Amino acid sequence: MALKLQINKLSFVYGNFKALKDVLFEVDRCEFLGVVGPNGSGKSTLLKCIGRILKPEKNAVLIDDCDVTKINLKSLAKVMGYVPQRSESVFPFTVFDIVLMGRKPYIHWTVSDDDCRIAIEALKYLGLEDLATRHFNELSGGEQQKVIIARALAQQPRILLFDEPTTYLDIRHQLEILDLLKHLTTTKQCTVIVAMHDLNLASRYADRILMLKKGSIYALGPPETVLSEENIADVYGIKVHVTRTILGAMQIMPVEPVGTHYRRSEVPIKSPPKQLVGP
Amino acid sequence: MSQISELKKLYSKGKARKLITLFSFFIALVVAAVASVSVGAGSPRLAEAIHVIMAKLFPFLNLAPASRLTQIIILDLRLPRVILAVIAGAALAASGTLMQAALRNPLVSPYILGVSSAAGFGAALFIVLGISTVMFFKGYFIVANAFIFSVVAMLIVYGIARIRGITAESIILAGVAVGYLFSALLSLIQFIAPASDAVRAVVFWLLGGLSTANWSNLTIILPMAFAAIALMMLYSWDLNVLSLGEEAATSLGVNPRSILIASIVLSAWATASIISFTGVIGFVDLISPHIARIVIGSDHRFQLPCSALIGALLLLCADTTARVLLAPAEIPVGIVTSLMGVPFFLYLLMSRRRQIWR
Repeated sequence: MALKLQINKLSFVYGNFKALKDVLFEVDRCEFLGVVGPNGSGKSTLLKCIGRILKPEKNAVLIDDCDVTKINLKSLAKVMGYVPQRSESVFPFTVFDIVLMGRKPYIHWTVSDDDCRIAIEALKYLGLEDLATRHFNELSGGEQQKVIIARALAQQPRILLFDEPTTYLDIRHQLEILDLLKHLTTTKQCTVIVAMHDLNLASRYADRILMLKKGSIYALGPPETVLSEENIADVYGIKVHVTRTILGAMQIMPVEPVGTHYRRSEVPIKSPPKQLVGP
Repeated sequence: MSQISELKKLYSKGKARKLITLFSFFIALVVAAVASVSVGAGSPRLAEAIHVIMAKLFPFLNLAPASRLTQIIILDLRLPRVILAVIAGAALAASGTLMQAALRNPLVSPYILGVSSAAGFGAALFIVLGISTVMFFKGYFIVANAFIFSVVAMLIVYGIARIRGITAESIILAGVAVGYLFSALLSLIQFIAPASDAVRAVVFWLLGGLSTANWSNLTIILPMAFAAIALMMLYSWDLNVLSLGEEAATSLGVNPRSILIASIVLSAWATASIISFTGVIGFVDLISPHIARIVIGSDHRFQLPCSALIGALLLLCADTTARVLLAPAEIPVGIVTSLMGVPFFLYLLMSRRRQIWR
């Protein structure tokens, strides 16, 4: 059963800097929610507050009407998983050891048969069986990211948070991992919240898009309405063309930053054509 | 489905291999301990040593009593020393493991909290100036001073970290600062010390050694160190999870702050309870966790006990060599630990091709 997630006037402050201001929205069950916005707009902070890695204010993040600050970390880890942009292990662990750590909220000391089975299933789901005995630090970035996702799945969570999971990956791994996250929402009844930089990928995978600007919600809705030329110009400060490919998918083509101090014509790069494809 | 059972088998095989490794180290430690009891200044050899210990352990066997001198050498001189070497090595190595894992840094040891210089300062305070922090426990003034100042150092580190936010970085920085503070105070005491005998005594204390071993000391050390090691074991899973970073640990339901605090307290406690009696013994605490990681991997459920066994073995061998090589004179044990441990460590480091540290 998927859980209901409500963000109720969430604000968060680092020292004097207000990273989030009165963020208020609800996440539908089994939804793929893409969170977009420029650097420093509060995407990571939002995810960390939801995942209780940063401590939000009371009653600001509610899971099934239950305040996350009142749930103990261990119980929370059984319903919510978090995958950071990049993970590094200081000491040498095998891939299987790392995935098994996802069972930590359930394990006291010994690893039960069930724990072992669930960890192996998570490995298989990500297609990592052959890497099970390899050392985590020896893997490529894409493989490491998959291992960490397998670990999050071994927690058997209902809500999964991803902080720019594809930033460091090549294009094949990007698609593989986003396909997988989509698959989680449709077959495993998980709610998935993903902070993303690539607007094209966001428009392609997300059911809804949450657009942040300077810590506040700028827009929330389906990709077609949120990722408009006007919104992107206002939030990112760039001029874009939004077109449609022959297959009807949205395509966002960046043109140039607005309001830079040098003259655009002096920059020797090709500008994209005004109209790419479609009508 | 077959692949699942295959992987499962692979996992339990690996686990069995780790348990066998631990058991082999344990056997090696027992053998080394028996051998160590049978050598040294004085005549008793292996057969006599075993005879005396058996007679003491199992009085109902009615073994013929050995000579009084043999009994004293074995039971009151060598045996406590061997036991002290084992428990000291184990406790220091376990503390080293705990600090490295909790602070996620392969270069730290319990001394990063400043406990060694604080203990040295406490000892010097009594040796040179005759100042003691306790009024009772006559004969234990140096020990009590060393212990209390170690704990004070830990509390200062904790206090500073608390203000800056309890993270690995703030603890390491605070520890280094407190360490420098106490070594400056220690140097000051040595500088203003009136008698050169006292200075020599301080230097001797700082070199560290196990010659203070006796049964009454052991009745204090053993329970304190054993309790600390047992409690450390309880944190094995938390330490595993923490090695992927504080955020990852939080998302897996582990509060990194509470693990850090527990690690500081436990390793300072274990280290202080050893070095207050023995003086500063270095190297074992830094290197044993690394050797354990090379031979058994990083899963702290196995690595922590393995590190303790290796520490015990290393210190026992070093101390035995230290007291036998130039008997009846003794070489300071710290010199021997490094001379013996470094080549062994380098051999392991170079013979394994896998990258152990990132």
